[in-house]
Amino acid sequence: MKTLLGRKLGMTQIYLPTGQAVSVTIVEAGPCEVLQVKTPEKEGYSAAQIGYFPVSPKYLNKPERGHQQKYAKNLYRYIREVRVDAQPQTPGSILTVEIFKEGDSLDITGQSKGKGFAGVMKRHHFRGGDATHGSMFHREPGSIGSSAYPSRVLKNKKLPGHMGDKRITVKNLKLVAVKPEANLLFIKGAVPGANGSFVIVNKNSFS
Amino acid sequence: MNVLDQVEQLYFKENPVDVKIGETIRVHLKIVEGEKERIQVFEGVVIALRGGGTRAMMTVRKIAFGVGVERMFPLHSPQIVKVERVRVGKVRRAKLYYLRTKKGKAARLKEVEGKKNA
Repeated sequence: MKTLLGRKLGMTQIYLPTGQAVSVTIVEAGPCEVLQVKTPEKEGYSAAQIGYFPVSPKYLNKPERGHQQKYAKNLYRYIREVRVDAQPQTPGSILTVEIFKEGDSLDITGQSKGKGFAGVMKRHHFRGGDATHGSMFHREPGSIGSSAYPSRVLKNKKLPGHMGDKRITVKNLKLVAVKPEANLLFIKGAVPGANGSFVIVNKNSFS
Repeated sequence: MNVLDQVEQLYFKENPVDVKIGETIRVHLKIVEGEKERIQVFEGVVIALRGGGTRAMMTVRKIAFGVGVERMFPLHSPQIVKVERVRVGKVRRAKLYYLRTKKGKAARLKEVEGKKNA
């Protein structure tokens, strides 16, 4: 079991003992409680539901409450199913950041910040034209194809459209430090999403 | 206090670098060369302070062999061993970028009397 649910708190800069400054994202991960456990005998595969961020019952509807109360005392805002390796999990057991250790390589999944309807310069890094010198061509995409043949715009043509607010996984981020007393992970580099947003922290096979 | 501030406090220096704009200081830096460690000193005028928390930086300017040299130091860097105050200059602004265009005698700062306790 190498997955935790958490929350991105923000970024800052810390110093390694060698004197090197490192930009880190602070993620609060866990404690997560194991809820329903799925087994090959019953569901055909092994997985576990884990919950994060205890909330008052008024934030959940009746089916959500009922399902969670079957397995755990607390109610959680976020529930996700994660794959588990050989060792079986029991409902009610608590997972904390102690399953990770310094130097681990992590994959972080989050919902990226929404950028709205964006043009091609912002969305696809097109160059655009001159701002001045009478150019009359500023931030447009330019030609989007040929004429009589093929008489259509090719699929996957990079055009303006909605940008961001997508599920993004950033792979192979290094875990710089773990603070079990505060459930914090210090992860080198940037993590998708706004401060306070929900993230899934996964230990990957590189570590 | 919010969690980020608490995290930053873990990485503050035990005895923080205490400098003000316009002070001439000697920064003692730990330099690691392969296996060996040595101390290098950089002496100059603090012309800018910026940033807060662990990201606070200072810009120190000196004239080396007739050429202006500026170096930025993170205030909480573990590489800074010691900072000595040489003299305290009388200044009226927060950033002394105007010193870059001054040469020789014009690039001096008036000293504030009775504040030199390094």
